[in-house]
Amino acid sequence: MAEQMNVIYERPRSWANKVTHYCPGCTHGIAHRLIAELVDEMGLLDKTIGVWPVGCSVLGYEYFSFDSVEAAHGRAPAMATGIKVTNPDNFVFAYQGDGDIASIGMAEIVHAAARGWPITVIFINNGNYGMTGGQMAPTTLLGQKTTTSPLGRTSQTNGFPIRVAEMLAQLDGPAYIARVSLDSPANIRKAKSAMRKAFNAQVRGIGFSLVECLSTCPTNWRLTPVESMERVRKEVMPYFPLGEFKVAPGVL
Amino acid sequence: MSDKVLMKGAEALAEGAIQAGCRYYFGYPITPQNETPEYMSRRLPEVGGRFVQAESEVASINMVYGAACAGVRVMTSSSSPGISLMQEGISYISGSNVPCVIMNAMRGGPGLGNIAPAQADYFQAVKGGGNGDYRRIVLAPSSIQEGVDLLVDAFELADKYRMVVMIIVDGLIAQMMEPVEFKTRIDVSTLKTPEWATVGRHGRDHANVITSLTLDAAGLEQWNLKLQAKYAQVERTESRIEEYQMDDADYAIIAYGTMARIAKTTVRIARAKGVKLGLLRPITVWPFPAKQIQAYVGKLKGTLTVELAYRQLFEDVRLALCDKMPLGWYGRGGGVVPGPQEILGAFEEQFGKGR
Amino acid sequence: MEYNVVIAGFGGQGVMLIGELLAHAGMDEGKEVTWLPSYGPEQRGGTANCAVVVADEPIASPILTEPQAAIVFNRQSFDKFEPVLAKGGLLVLDSTLIDRKSSRVDLDLVYIPATDIAMELGNSKFTNMVLLGAYLGKVNPISMASLHGALSVFLTGKKAALIEVNKRALQAGVDFVNKE
Ligand SMILES: Cc1ncc(C[n+]2csc(CCOP(=O)(O)OP(=O)(O)O)c2C)c(N)n1
Ligand code: SF4
Ligand SMILES: [Mg+2]
Repeated sequence: MAEQMNVIYERPRSWANKVTHYCPGCTHGIAHRLIAELVDEMGLLDKTIGVWPVGCSVLGYEYFSFDSVEAAHGRAPAMATGIKVTNPDNFVFAYQGDGDIASIGMAEIVHAAARGWPITVIFINNGNYGMTGGQMAPTTLLGQKTTTSPLGRTSQTNGFPIRVAEMLAQLDGPAYIARVSLDSPANIRKAKSAMRKAFNAQVRGIGFSLVECLSTCPTNWRLTPVESMERVRKEVMPYFPLGEFKVAPGVL
Repeated sequence: MSDKVLMKGAEALAEGAIQAGCRYYFGYPITPQNETPEYMSRRLPEVGGRFVQAESEVASINMVYGAACAGVRVMTSSSSPGISLMQEGISYISGSNVPCVIMNAMRGGPGLGNIAPAQADYFQAVKGGGNGDYRRIVLAPSSIQEGVDLLVDAFELADKYRMVVMIIVDGLIAQMMEPVEFKTRIDVSTLKTPEWATVGRHGRDHANVITSLTLDAAGLEQWNLKLQAKYAQVERTESRIEEYQMDDADYAIIAYGTMARIAKTTVRIARAKGVKLGLLRPITVWPFPAKQIQAYVGKLKGTLTVELAYRQLFEDVRLALCDKMPLGWYGRGGGVVPGPQEILGAFEEQFGKGR
Repeated sequence: MEYNVVIAGFGGQGVMLIGELLAHAGMDEGKEVTWLPSYGPEQRGGTANCAVVVADEPIASPILTEPQAAIVFNRQSFDKFEPVLAKGGLLVLDSTLIDRKSSRVDLDLVYIPATDIAMELGNSKFTNMVLLGAYLGKVNPISMASLHGALSVFLTGKKAALIEVNKRALQAGVDFVNKE
């Protein structure tokens, strides 16, 4: 008699079985994986539409088996709004980098959050513009060297980093806003449960949801993947604390 | 050894702008010209200038607008999608009669397209893009050296005519390295603040106001007529072209920028085969050197327009030459760059062996 | 006369640097030169390449669709550039790191254990110079003296101490092909 085997890890059905183009140690892949698992687990594959940004995850649509669209830089929340309005029963999420969401697309994300319509945003905060070669982002920490802040970011010249989750949580529109980190197995598990709440906020029609994920960019940080994870814990988390900043009644 | 240095186009153009007196740069990263803002972020503080990374191209161009109102030499650069976002600002700057320089490292489109070399923003650059009746001077270098040299002219022309001057290149010129020499250096202390600049009255007997708004129709028409008179003068006096191997030419290729440098080799190959081919290379694509091209009517048996786009430059060639001679066209899109032989093939296909 | 070559490998192997050295040396000789890197998302995954042209006439395009020569540092680059090399082209590859042999019969192939040779000189970092030396042992777009001149432009300050060993690495590459 064949022994009964327990499946403990497998490729999600929503994953298109492709090799990603991400650099070794980049956490974009982890965030992708969590999305795919949740879409599977919540039975959303047939009604999901992913809205992909301009950034390293610009080819995100290649990696999933649900429908996807590609937005202009920063405009994913607006495009997601248009999609949601036409088919309110669909599950619509936008995936955005920090340059995409907090720089060029600040108007769109603020207004999507203020409108409060049930769409979900997964926001990858890696402290720089990965795609274009490591320029300063709105989330770049003070003192951090980037290719456009060669001597390190200073508040006098470059202003202060923006805490997107806290800022949007000030608005009345959002139903769920959290910041998580992808630096360790424990934190990745927590990230997944926050994302589940965010997805649920939409599925149950409660309102706008956003999960900010502290992420790594080993290539442009010029650190090894392990050092990058450590940097997230030591340098990034003190400025960008983890937690839930807004949880509307009914979100679980 | 000369004073040549080996530099990447995007950096050489940044240095060229600084040598031309540019002290303010506002920009937002986009490939294939990220090295321009990166270079500016390092270099401008060293020469007493300021670099600001804007939150978007919409902000960049409006920061440029603001600095231009102060009468300083100011610049931004971007690539196609970013330049699209600047169109509103370019229209306002043009409508307000203030000078600035913009560099576009054109890439494949439409939309996000790709980052490979293209010339598909020709219409946007020379015909419009923003609202209203305005023009900008558009310079199209075909080497890094020429780009650096033209930047000096770009700032001079911008100041002289109080116009937007645009330099159009592509990923090929922006990303490659070539030897380059910085021949002209503008001493910024000799640049005077223009009397129209909004820099505070400081005893001036009137307030300066810079605006593109004129509510009354007759007034706005008068304003437009003033702009038109200026544009007409620019058309009369500022168009430039390179005429290469044209003295005895039977045929000419018409091309600009990257495409023209490749077509030059086509001309050499054709000549080696005994075909009297030449090259007409617009250096200004606005004002378009129509007069210079028209001078060949009656002398040429035909022209082949070659571009990294679909019949955009060709439209201006057609306007200039109408049915005065056979007009051939060849183009590639999406970032594909044809080599000299491919162009020769297109020539032979359309004009026979040219003898 | 026009010489062109594609140089390809992982970022960090000094791929871009030897291309720049070549272009710099050509410029110092008063020649026309271009150097074009791969750029954009192509760099993700760590591979990098550059195309160098050294010529007497103005250079039409720095893009090489059918390069005359390729210097390849790793298997990926070998797989990428072997098929596109011009007929009769020159392929210099690091046989320490690439175990595959070329299936093209029309190429001039140099299998040089460049990493091993560099290690003998004290550091695998000199692999790029060994490979460049092997290339220059086969064709002469520029003189060795000009390349030495370019080296002293790139290696300044503390790095100036490395000029001599880099020259030896270059020579080791030249010697390898001369011996063959
Ligand atoms: C209008 C416009 N401006 C600029 C760009 C160039 N661009 C592409 S990706 C990017 C930044 C991406 O950074 P981020 O959003 O932080 O994503 P990451 O790559 O770090 O994941 C920029 C500026 C563009 N494509 N379109
Ligand atoms: S550049 Fe940074 S963000 Fe982009 S794939 Fe590489 S590690 Fe990830
Ligand atoms: Mg980022």
